[in-house]
This record gives sequence, C-alpha cells and structure tokens, in this order.
Amino acid sequence: MPEMTLLAAINDALNIAMAKDERVVMLGEDIGKKGGVFGATAGLHEKYGDLRVMDTPLSENGILGTAVGMGLYGLRPVPEIQFLDFIYPGFDQIVSEMAKFRYRSGGEYPCPCVVRSPSGGGIKGGHYHSQSAESYFIHTPGLRVVMPSTPRDAKGMLLASIFQDDPVIFLEPKALYRHAKEEVESGYFEVELGKARLVKAGDAVTLVSWGSMVVTCEQAVAKAAEKGVSVELIDLRSLLPWDTDAVMASVKKTGRLVIAQEAPRTLGFASEIAATAAEKAIDSLRAPIARVSGFDTPFPYTLEHVYKPDAQRILNAIDYVARYD
Amino acid sequence: MAEMLQVLDAATKAAKLPLGLTPDDCKTMYRAMLATRLFDQRGMNLQRQGRIGFCVPSMGQEASQIGTAFAAPKDDWIYPSYRTHSIAILRGVPFRTLIDQLYGNATDIVKGRQMPNHFSLRQWNLVSISSPIGTQISQAAGTARAIQIRGEQKAVWTYFGDGGTSEGEFHCGMNFAGVWKAPCIFVCENNQWAISVPVRQQTASESFAAKAIAYGMPGVKVDGNDVLAVYQAAKEARERAIAGGGPTLIETFTFRQGPHSSSDDPKRYQPPEMLETWKKKDPIARFQAFLEKKKLWTPEWEKALTDEITADLAKAVDAAEQTPAPAVDTMFDDVYATLPPHLVEQREAVRQQIRTSGAIQDTGGKFPL
Repeated sequence: MPEMTLLAAINDALNIAMAKDERVVMLGEDIGKKGGVFGATAGLHEKYGDLRVMDTPLSENGILGTAVGMGLYGLRPVPEIQFLDFIYPGFDQIVSEMAKFRYRSGGEYPCPCVVRSPSGGGIKGGHYHSQSAESYFIHTPGLRVVMPSTPRDAKGMLLASIFQDDPVIFLEPKALYRHAKEEVESGYFEVELGKARLVKAGDAVTLVSWGSMVVTCEQAVAKAAEKGVSVELIDLRSLLPWDTDAVMASVKKTGRLVIAQEAPRTLGFASEIAATAAEKAIDSLRAPIARVSGFDTPFPYTLEHVYKPDAQRILNAIDYVARYD
Repeated sequence: MAEMLQVLDAATKAAKLPLGLTPDDCKTMYRAMLATRLFDQRGMNLQRQGRIGFCVPSMGQEASQIGTAFAAPKDDWIYPSYRTHSIAILRGVPFRTLIDQLYGNATDIVKGRQMPNHFSLRQWNLVSISSPIGTQISQAAGTARAIQIRGEQKAVWTYFGDGGTSEGEFHCGMNFAGVWKAPCIFVCENNQWAISVPVRQQTASESFAAKAIAYGMPGVKVDGNDVLAVYQAAKEARERAIAGGGPTLIETFTFRQGPHSSSDDPKRYQPPEMLETWKKKDPIARFQAFLEKKKLWTPEWEKALTDEITADLAKAVDAAEQTPAPAVDTMFDDVYATLPPHLVEQREAVRQQIRTSGAIQDTGGKFPL
C-alpha cells in the first residue's frame, strides 16, 4: 500500500471519483490549472477538462448556488470553498437550499453535493484562514457534516460522501494536510459515514475529538499513559449524524468524559456531546464532564498557540476528570 | 434601452397571427391566463374565509408569465418564484395537485412542509420553490451549466421580481451564466413593487434590462402585459440559448394588481390611481380583444371556459378539504435519504407522547399574526 499524506489521499479520492462517474464535477476558485491553493485538485483539470473541473468567478455564493443547480439536475458536484472562513456568503445556499431541497420538495428534489473546505487553525492564518465553523452546519437538519483526521479516512469518507445522496459538508483539517501520513489502500473504497473511529482503547477516561485536534489528543493520551492513566480516544470523524452509540458505550465503560474541540466553546459540538452523555449515561458518570476548546474570542494570529488547545491543556482536563472522586 | 418591445397592437391590425402562432396556441395561452386569474380569485377567497392560511396571487402578471413559459418546451427546467403558478397551470398540472399544496394535506406533493404557493412539481420540470428572494437565480445558472456539461439541447428559465435584482444571487447567477455562456433565461418580472417598496427605491438603473450589459448578455425590456411581446422576447432568447449564444435577461414591465400576499394591503403604500391606470392595461383583457378581432374569442367561449374552470376548481377544493393532514410520522421523512438514528429516536419520542397523552393539538397560528 502506498504511503499518502491527507492531501494526497483527498486528491486520490477525487481522481477516482471523477474517473468512475462522469456525473462528478468540481468547481471553485483556483482549483483548475493551479490545482487549488493547497494542491488538493492538482492534475485533475489537465485530466478532466474545463467542463468537469471549473475555475469559477470569485464568489462563494455563486459557487454554492450553481452547485445546488447542478446537484438538483443529477450531477454530483464537489464544490471547493478555498477556506472555510470564506463560506459565509454562500451560507443561505447551504442551510436553506442544499440542505432543505429534499425535504421541502417532499422528496422530489434530492440535492447531492459535497462541499469540501479546509478547516481549523495551525497554519498561522489568523482569523480568516483558521476558523472551525462546524457547529453552524451541524445545527442544520438535512446536512451531513464530516471531518476526517487520517489519510485513509479522508479518502474513504470523501468517496462515501460523493456516492451517497445527501449534501455533505466535508471539512478537511488543513493543519494535517501534509503532516498526517499513513498507508492507504489503492483504488476505490468507502469508510462508512456516521461511525466513529476508535483511535486507542483505554478504561479510565473517554476522550472524544475530531479533526486536527485528534492528533493533539494522541499526544495528551501518551502523556497520560506515562502517568498511568488509560485513556480511550475516539475520533468522531462524522459530526452529523454522529456515532452516539460508540461514545455512550465508552462513557458507560470509563465513567469519565473529556471532549476536545478547536472551535469556540459556547454551543460548540462538545456541548452537544456533553448534553447527550448527561441524558444517556448520567448513572455511569463518576466525574464532571470536561470540555477543552478554543475560546469565545475571534481566532487570533500571533497568539494562535494560546487559543488552540494544546496537549497540556487536554492533559490537565484528563487529570482533573481522572482524579475526581 | 428605454425602448420597450410591444407586439399586440401591430398584430391586431395584421392579417395573420404573428410569430408562427396557431389559433390553438393562442387559445391555450388565453385559457392558462384565465385559469390563473380564476385560481387566484378562488385562492384569495379561501384565505379570506379562513380555509387556507396564506395565498400569493399573481393578478396582472399573467401575460408576463404565460408569454415566457409558452416559449419553453416542457422538458426545459423552470425555476419559478412563488408568484408564478400560472406556469404550472400552463404545463397541465391538475388543480387538485396545486390546491392540495395550498391545504398542505396528506396528498400534497410536498407533504404539508411548505406554506401555500411553494410548489414542487418535478413531473412538470418545475423546481421546488423557496421563500428567500432570488435563491433560484444562481441555481438556475448551475442547472444551465449542467445542461452544457451533458451536451443537451435545453434551456433553463428562472423567474424573479424587481426586488430580486437587489440580491447577491442575481449578481452571482447572471455573472456565472454570462461567463459560462450557459443556456439560461432570466425573467425579471418588474411589477414595480417589492411588497411595499417601489421600483425607484430598488435601483437607480434606467431599467432592469440595462443590467444585462454588465454581464455580457442581451437585455430586453418588454411590455409585460402584452403576451405576444413577451412570447417574442422569450422565443428569441431560447433560440439564442440553444444555439450556444448564451443567456438573456428579459424584463417584463408589468404591475401587480393585487396585494403581495393575503397578508398585505397595497392601499397602505400605493397611490390608488396606479391600480386604476393598470387595470385599463389588464393583460387578459388586452389579449381577449386581440383574439376577438381574430375571431378566436366569443362571449360564449369565455363563459364555457369560465364555467368549466370554476367547476374544476370547486371539485379540487372539495377533494382537498376532505383529505386529512399528513401523518405525523411524515415530519421525519426526507430530511435525509434514509432516516438516521437520531431522527428515529426523535420520531419515537413523538409517537410515545401520542401513545401516552393523546394526539398533539394544533393550536393554530395566523400568518403573519
């Protein structure tokens, strides 16, 4: 099996999808000859041409609105929004249109569409190239929201997203684009949407995370192990719908729950997970639930390292929860 | 650009029917216009009687809509606005189908999920309708691009009002379609009012058609109450689109003779003489005079048509009223292709409440209050 970065895995998935099915088209800013600002679409314009790999006018609203029109007509559009921070001009097309077409038409007009966008910080991108905006979309009935953290998941979940019929917000943890590497199967395969990934089994504390924060969590888990605390780490990877069963089973086993997210704290997805644990696993909980998150401030430039949870902050939460009696 | 295309007056004087139209074509258009007027009157009455919750009439805009839609073969996709049900009537959608939607009952195609007039009519290539203004404009450009990608010989049409041109969606849709030379026809029905805001507060542009220049496409302003002028502009736009000549913006200059919706009263903001002036230019009356001159209209035919449409409407209303509301479970369907676990759980919670505490009461609610 070839070793791939997360970025190469996405490029591979796009290439496989386009070769497999001519309904798959891509549109976005600089995705053509340039191959995307990160290189996710490199080589695809040359291979599939202007009609299937479209450099569009510079308008997120236009990219998303026209992608909706393509999806309704039976294509499988995969629009790229250059940075998730730029998606808001097209927000209405996502939450009121793409997400609602199937429902509001009584099932007559499904709108398959996979909106790919780099998410999160870690590249010294300041407020407008670093946001974790997943909660806006997770709050939207009709959408699927996913955020893989490994190359294999990125490839398998992207293929699974393109070849199913619901609109998907496909968030790519840009901090891992070139840092995450692993062996990935060649050819077509899918990783099922809606299922979490067990990163490491443990029995003292459940730690739930997603996106690039999973890698930070792995560091924290290793440090906790040195102190003799066995942490079970779950990479949620699908945020809507999410794998409630896997998380609750783990919480019932460990009785202690820490959730780590890069997004701001208030109404972040960690809050939903915490609420669910309180509803479904309260009898098993032996300590308060701890949320580790970004702050309720805009994402800063110079102080990015303070804003983003680091392994120490996560470890502190693990320690607190593990020792609570 | 200030010129406005008109055909009816000249065509009335001419010996032959214009634009290759047959007598049957003319009668089909007239019938759809009249049926739309009667449908709107019935809809407003039903709303006033408290039998449906809301209604969006199109009185005065029948020519603007039928003239354009008549130029669209039935496999052309149309992205309607919420004031263009005339197109559904022209395409042969049964009254029962439309009226079920006004009632939001169990046989409503959209399963009672949208307010009245927000139809979805896939069988007739009419796309599901949204309330936020202009969202369909960029979508139509995307579908037109999809048609290009597939190499098909079709056009896509989208309808919006003068207010819709102020939305970003208008800019996106026009700009993308212009760059792509996509087979998209943008129909701006300038009825001069965006609810209560008059056109002079909507744009400083001399016309809406003039806006086409900036997007590299032709813009045509037509007399929107002259069904033949509208048809001519639409026919030419479609021929150009199919030939690879790209999109067109058609501005139909018309007037909304009724309220924005059943919740609106134009007397609060509109000079009363305006309605009087425009009633004299009523599109149905003008077309009727033309047909009469061509010996295609008689008072007897009008009466027979009116009686038939009125009876059909009455039947459809009766049937819709005897149809129950959609089953409670349907609220959870079609959010996704398949029901995900969290919705199974939420549906079960509703079922449980009904099992233990009885049916959930509809406590009413009036729009807007």
